[in-house]
Amino acid sequence: MSDRPVLQRLQRRIRLADHKPALEKVQRRLFLRQSLSLGALTLLSGCNLSEDNDATDRLLWSMSRWNDKVQAALFNPNKLAPVYPESAITQPFPFNAYYEEAEAPVVDGDAYKLELGGKIAEKQPWTLAQLRALPQTSQVTRHICVEGWSAIGKWGGVPFRTFLERVGADLTAQYIGFQCADKYHTSIDMATALHPQTILALDYGDAALPTKYGYPLKLRVPTKLGFKNPKHIAAIFVTNDYPGGYWEDQVYNWFSGS
Amino acid sequence: MAPTDDERPARARIIHPLFVRITHWINAVAMICMIASGLKIYNASPLFNFSIPSWLTLGGWLGGAIAWHLAALWLLVGNGLAYLSYGFFSGHFRRDFLPLSPRDIWRDAIAALTLRLPHKLGAYNAVQRLLYVSVLLMGAGAVVSGLAIWKPVQFQELAGLMGGYEGARLVHFCMMAGIVGFVVVHLALVILVPKTLPPMITGRALIPAKEHT
Repeated sequence: MSDRPVLQRLQRRIRLADHKPALEKVQRRLFLRQSLSLGALTLLSGCNLSEDNDATDRLLWSMSRWNDKVQAALFNPNKLAPVYPESAITQPFPFNAYYEEAEAPVVDGDAYKLELGGKIAEKQPWTLAQLRALPQTSQVTRHICVEGWSAIGKWGGVPFRTFLERVGADLTAQYIGFQCADKYHTSIDMATALHPQTILALDYGDAALPTKYGYPLKLRVPTKLGFKNPKHIAAIFVTNDYPGGYWEDQVYNWFSGS
Repeated sequence: MAPTDDERPARARIIHPLFVRITHWINAVAMICMIASGLKIYNASPLFNFSIPSWLTLGGWLGGAIAWHLAALWLLVGNGLAYLSYGFFSGHFRRDFLPLSPRDIWRDAIAALTLRLPHKLGAYNAVQRLLYVSVLLMGAGAVVSGLAIWKPVQFQELAGLMGGYEGARLVHFCMMAGIVGFVVVHLALVILVPKTLPPMITGRALIPAKEHT
């Protein structure tokens, strides 16, 4: 069975116009990055500025793919992230996204249905009540941001492995992709998806996720950096075609494991 | 009649072996990439109450800086391991950095501060030995704390030695600051005693006849 029609449907839902501000930001960043690569190259060789600029970018991208492989090899599926007492929770837990807090999407929980696609046997959408009926777990773990800061929080929800097994996901596939209501998207490797601390979080603390932390559904992955923890998840798909991600397509390392 | 020491001509001798020269310059490039990209990463979430001027940084933005940092890391570590293996097995460390006694360091530090410490090409005084051994240890500390920051779950025992993820960030910053401090002194001494630079490129130095043994 092909993943293509599902992926195309998911992708069509996010129109180019929705991405315009983000695309402009990407272009600005790419320009910055390239201008700095020029500076770096001057430093290293002092010649052939314009031609070698692309070569520098290609080298950095291929080193990042190499680092993905190294991290997959270092990843121990049984190694648990440190857990903390509730007294260690960071107050207030910081908001972070590629947009301001006021722009976080307000999702109607009653109308919400989690869509599934790709290499999954049972693709019926899931309501929040159905997700809450599955076995639940919670964790107090450290969220580490790619920017360097970290904060401890408490998340509760369905172990992702339980969910993937329940819907008949192909657990031999390589990637799980996430499309979000805030136009964010990202993807993770199957080994991390099946890790016992990877959860489909419905709660922050002891209550439903507030909008700023990703209502109604967020992936909590304490073995990866914060940007690999998508919020406001609208659709999940399983695939062997590398799905990339919002930041990953702009050179953030894809695996970004902790 | 045999010539006296003063009349004997100076002789060129290899004071920096080829292996040391190659790894020294690769390390210089790798260190510049690591520190400049690391400072850009620091700016994304400064540990202290200051940011680093952009012109000192590499990568353009956080994503570019991380890409540089995690790429140059392989050059730094690969080159560093090659140098350490050479240092241990060739006798370079034992011959050139040891012995290192507090009494010698004290004596040479006093002599240096009172400008009475002569520079002998091809032999390190106790203060130089201390600085070179220190910067090697700080380089190792930077790599180890960097591993703990990169993999605070997989290498959580290592991070635990530094008080966890946040402690490892602090150690990583301090190691970098120490290395930068070394580089400042190192470059200042090269400027003060410029004859030390060519041997690090050609390997050869003219050793005055008096110093032949």
